[in-house]
Amino acid sequence: MSRYVPSSELVERAARGEVPAIGRLISRAEAGMPEARGALATIYRRAGRAHVIGLTGVPGSGKSTLVAALTARLRTQGLKVGIVAVDPSSPYSGGAILGDRIRMSDLVNDPGVYIRSMATRGAMGGLARATLDAVDILDLGGFDTIIIETVGVGQDEVEIAKASHTTVVVSAPGLGDEIQAIKAGMLEIADIHVVSKCDRSDANRTLVDIKQMLTLGAATSAKPEWQTPVVGVSSYTGEGFDALTRAIDRHRDVAFGTASGSRRQLAIARFRLEKTAENLLIERFAKAAVTRAPALAERLRRRDADPYSLANELLAASFERGSAHERDHHRPPHFAEDHW
Amino acid sequence: MTQPIRVLLAKVGLDGHDRGVKVVARTLRDAGMDVIYSGLHRTPEEVVTAAIQEDVDVLGVSLLSGVQLTVFPKIFQLLASKGADDMIVVAGGVMPDEDVVEIKRMGVREVLLQDTPPDEIVQTLTRLVAERGER
Ligand code: B12
Ligand SMILES: Nc1nc2c(ncn2[C@@H]2O[C@H](COP(=O)(O)OP(=O)(O)OP(=O)(O)O)[C@@H](O)[C@H]2O)c(=O)[nH]1
Ligand SMILES: [Mg+2]
Repeated sequence: MSRYVPSSELVERAARGEVPAIGRLISRAEAGMPEARGALATIYRRAGRAHVIGLTGVPGSGKSTLVAALTARLRTQGLKVGIVAVDPSSPYSGGAILGDRIRMSDLVNDPGVYIRSMATRGAMGGLARATLDAVDILDLGGFDTIIIETVGVGQDEVEIAKASHTTVVVSAPGLGDEIQAIKAGMLEIADIHVVSKCDRSDANRTLVDIKQMLTLGAATSAKPEWQTPVVGVSSYTGEGFDALTRAIDRHRDVAFGTASGSRRQLAIARFRLEKTAENLLIERFAKAAVTRAPALAERLRRRDADPYSLANELLAASFERGSAHERDHHRPPHFAEDHW
Repeated sequence: MTQPIRVLLAKVGLDGHDRGVKVVARTLRDAGMDVIYSGLHRTPEEVVTAAIQEDVDVLGVSLLSGVQLTVFPKIFQLLASKGADDMIVVAGGVMPDEDVVEIKRMGVREVLLQDTPPDEIVQTLTRLVAERGER
């Protein structure tokens, strides 16, 4: 693209599967460009065909390597695969080294695979703000299966379960993950449990531990139509991937063909709605805070008023149309409007 | 908050020198950029495909093996044929001065060789992206 292409035109190109257009739309979604808003709305309404798989697990559990091996399998079934791999931004500089892609290098020559790396930029929960926009864009672009690799989660950052049709939780042997899994609330969110690195001798223990915990806990009771399988795989030897792809196929049928699948889809829509609203709120609030907070803080310091009243004033200011940002002359034009 | 600059750092061919490129990756990250590293031994096709999928602002190629005069013509030909001629391409590493002139003629925007201070690398990329403008 040698000149600025309007987002509306990029939508048509992306729908034809043109990779540069898909890439550029994802960048504009990440930037929150107001010019792309209408295009993203169109994309959302046209998307909804793809099977979205969320893959999560503690740092270093082998997620990226597994995504690569799984994708190679899905390709033999003729499915086009889009991958969105999220890595954390540095809290100090805001920059990031996005390292997931390097584990997926073997896939780069396959035109049926698209890989996009994404930094969290301060977003919590394991996803980036634009991750789900990227999923919609890939969906429109004709990818049948879209895999989201979350950042390596250690705590209860489990948004992925509210954003994917099928959630795969990866545990590696020898990380003490049987305990970590409980702490992280990850047992409950898994539709499929994977124990990675099964070429290692200590993998069997982890498999047994997780199976035991699943039978002990009430983890499966919330999903009457689904018995959560535990699958051991090795991304190095290929062991276990037949079982994993079978489990994924079966869960896709549940996700798209049963009452609990429909409930899940509604929950996904609700999460998307609330998350988008939350982002809007945060942005409006942040803008209002820049202009209003100093004066309000001064009143608070003088004890003219109490924190709750002033906080309410600040919140109210967030909703004055065209308040904070119109006075902000320092930002480039596309940041001078509120965007999602 | 402005958008972080996205950079793909690439090693092409048999060149196994990765010390410099890793220094550059950290430098750019610490300057607030999003950095993707290709890993060693990629082909020009793989690097260009990754750069387009990732829609990076800058494709940075690190070369200490002397193959710059064969690698860059391929890269520019691939970028053009895949419809990504707005990508900023820079180079670094070790190469003779006459090759620097030659690859700049091909379209490499800046060449930052050994002993380039980190600040200069950051400033160069920031300037090139600012000059390009909105996309
Ligand atoms: C360390 C080193 C090695 C190490 C590499 C370790 C590693 N993992 O990186 C080892 C011992 C393995 C090695 C091996 C070889 N080496 Co050697 N090696 C060097 C040496 C001494 C220093 C390179 C280095 O790390 N510099 C430090 C880093 C920080 O600097 P830098 O890489 O230049 O990066 C800076 C800039 O160039 C720039 N930069 C780099 N990349 C990029 C990318 C972008 C986008 C930007 C913006 C900037 C940028 O920013 C960095 C910071 O300022 C150089 C000599 C030299 N003076 O450069 C020879 C040198 C590069 N090696 C050379 C050779 C010939 C070899 C071997 C072929 C030797 C042999 N016969 O076996 C092998 C080949 C190995 C292989 N598979 O490629 C030659 C290359 C000659 C050429 N290009 O024509 C050199 C120049 C030595 C010489 N004078 O002959 N080498
Ligand atoms: N033995 C063995 N090691 C593996 C396997 N899969 C991955 N690894 C290794 O585990 C380490 C981490 O792999 P990644 O795929 O990067 O793990 P990740 O979960 O994506 O890591 P983050 O994204 O940083 O959280 C690497 O050193 C891999 O080589 C496997 O099947 N067997
Ligand atoms: Mg990873």
